Amino acid sequence: MSSMTREETQALIQEVLEVYPEKAKKDRAKHLTVNDHEVEQSKKCITSNRKSAPGVMTIRGCAYAGSKGVVWGPIKDMIHISHGPVGCGQYSRAGRRNYYVGTTGINTYGTMNFTSDFQEKDIVFGGDKKLEKLIDEIETLFPLNKGISVQSECPIGLIGDDIEAVSKKKGAEYEKPIVPVRCEGFRGVSQSLGHHIANDAVRDWTLGARDDDDTWEATDYDVAILGDYNIGGDAWASRILLEEMGLRVVAQWSGDGTISEMELTPKVKLNLLHCYRSMNYISRHMEEKYGIPWMEYNFFGPTKMAESLRKIAAFFDESIQEKCEAVIAKYKPEMDAVIEKYRPRLEGKKVMLYIGGLRPRHVIGAYEDLGMEVVGTGYEFAHNDDYDRTIKEMGDATLIYDDVTGFEFEEFVKRVKPDLIGSGIKEKYIFQKMGIPFRQMHSWDYSGPYHGYDGFAIFARDMDMTLNNPCWNKLKAPWLASDDDEAPVAAAGE
Amino acid sequence: MPSVMIRKGEDDELLFYIAKKDQEDPIEKVETDTDDAWGGVVTLTDGSEWYIDPISPRPSFPTTLRFKRA
Ligand code: SF4
Repeated sequence: MSSMTREETQALIQEVLEVYPEKAKKDRAKHLTVNDHEVEQSKKCITSNRKSAPGVMTIRGCAYAGSKGVVWGPIKDMIHISHGPVGCGQYSRAGRRNYYVGTTGINTYGTMNFTSDFQEKDIVFGGDKKLEKLIDEIETLFPLNKGISVQSECPIGLIGDDIEAVSKKKGAEYEKPIVPVRCEGFRGVSQSLGHHIANDAVRDWTLGARDDDDTWEATDYDVAILGDYNIGGDAWASRILLEEMGLRVVAQWSGDGTISEMELTPKVKLNLLHCYRSMNYISRHMEEKYGIPWMEYNFFGPTKMAESLRKIAAFFDESIQEKCEAVIAKYKPEMDAVIEKYRPRLEGKKVMLYIGGLRPRHVIGAYEDLGMEVVGTGYEFAHNDDYDRTIKEMGDATLIYDDVTGFEFEEFVKRVKPDLIGSGIKEKYIFQKMGIPFRQMHSWDYSGPYHGYDGFAIFARDMDMTLNNPCWNKLKAPWLASDDDEAPVAAAGE
Repeated sequence: MPSVMIRKGEDDELLFYIAKKDQEDPIEKVETDTDDAWGGVVTLTDGSEWYIDPISPRPSFPTTLRFKRA
């Protein structure tokens, strides 16, 4: 289980870079680094949020994915129009598993796909008329919707449609929020800019809706959960803990969230930010405009959870702090039992991660609670502030990769030989075919929740189930296997 | 002249957030930092320097201001 030394890791990076042409090599070198706790600011050792090099396999998405798929999509009582050709929305439909309660098609619309299905004539003559017609149709067919967002796909920006004008006009006509979002896929280098654009649209079109309305009764214990998309029920597993602590969760952004919750958020006392990458913008805005403090927290694994719960409680009075301790104590036996059961089966196993913008650092604690070690991590679309936070969480001399290419990731895995990889659907089958246990860490591989105490039990079970699955020993055809192939085939990639 | 949001961090230190670049760094030194004025050359912990004409009265943070490269 010995980890690699700093020199070895450095040498590995150099070796992997060898295949690139001179210019690409120079460029990619800036995105790969060996973690060093001495470094205070990540920009000294890693470059991020840059355009991917042409010709390499990147795993990133587009700004439309960041806005429609991540930030706006889960708001369940609004209808989100994928404005443009049909494919962008249809191929991403319901893939993120943001759970919600409601009757789909009646008062909630999360897993449905609404699109203006652009054809050639819409590109030539413009699609504003079609958008108007679409909004009229929506109002006839789904009258219980609480609002509409127009999520622009690439062509909208290219042909210069005025979706703002249409939205304003129709919004006034139906007296509902209709929000144009300029999240055309070509903007920015990854889905990250889509998050930013989506946050700005929330700020400009909905957030202030109830500013002059004090009919809603606030309490001293109101909080909002930001940046939790309720993947497999994550936000629910988090919410119950906050409520047990005596806090009142006013809004969930945006998993299982509603537009009315969003409009009430400016009245809360504290914003709790789980995914920093996708919602720090709106948190900063609310801090400046409404004076609401925000804090990042981490509900993966009992150690980080206890830390976070205490940090949250510290914002409030003693009654909350007492209840917080009671909550931690209440779940402790349960968590100890989980760890007692799974730790012996997972102890010392090495994990490599490559996920989006938060989990590459947030899940480290949960793995450590199970005695596992994260030996490499990286983000698709993080910025330097994310890497600043990652340096502290990761072990010294471990591998960090930004916007890793398909080739680099495979080579790293062949050499580092992790026992488990956590990444996305595009990586899953490559590594499974290489004989390496794999968990899909974007949508929890059709499982979840992983947040909260309930989530940790499921997380531990899933990791065990994947890693110790007997199938990994059966990857070689029996007539090809020799006697000394009995050992796990985790290194079969070579 | 990027607009910069200045807010207080966890230990009450001032953080300098350049929205356009998504970059946040703690402020190390402010040239004029008295009860009734704030501004001048602002030095960040990464060594970069920014300038704003001193504002009086001292603004309350968080707030968004426009800075020039010093
Ligand atoms: S890049 Fe453009 S065309 Fe492709 S999925 Fe995104 S919005 Fe659609």
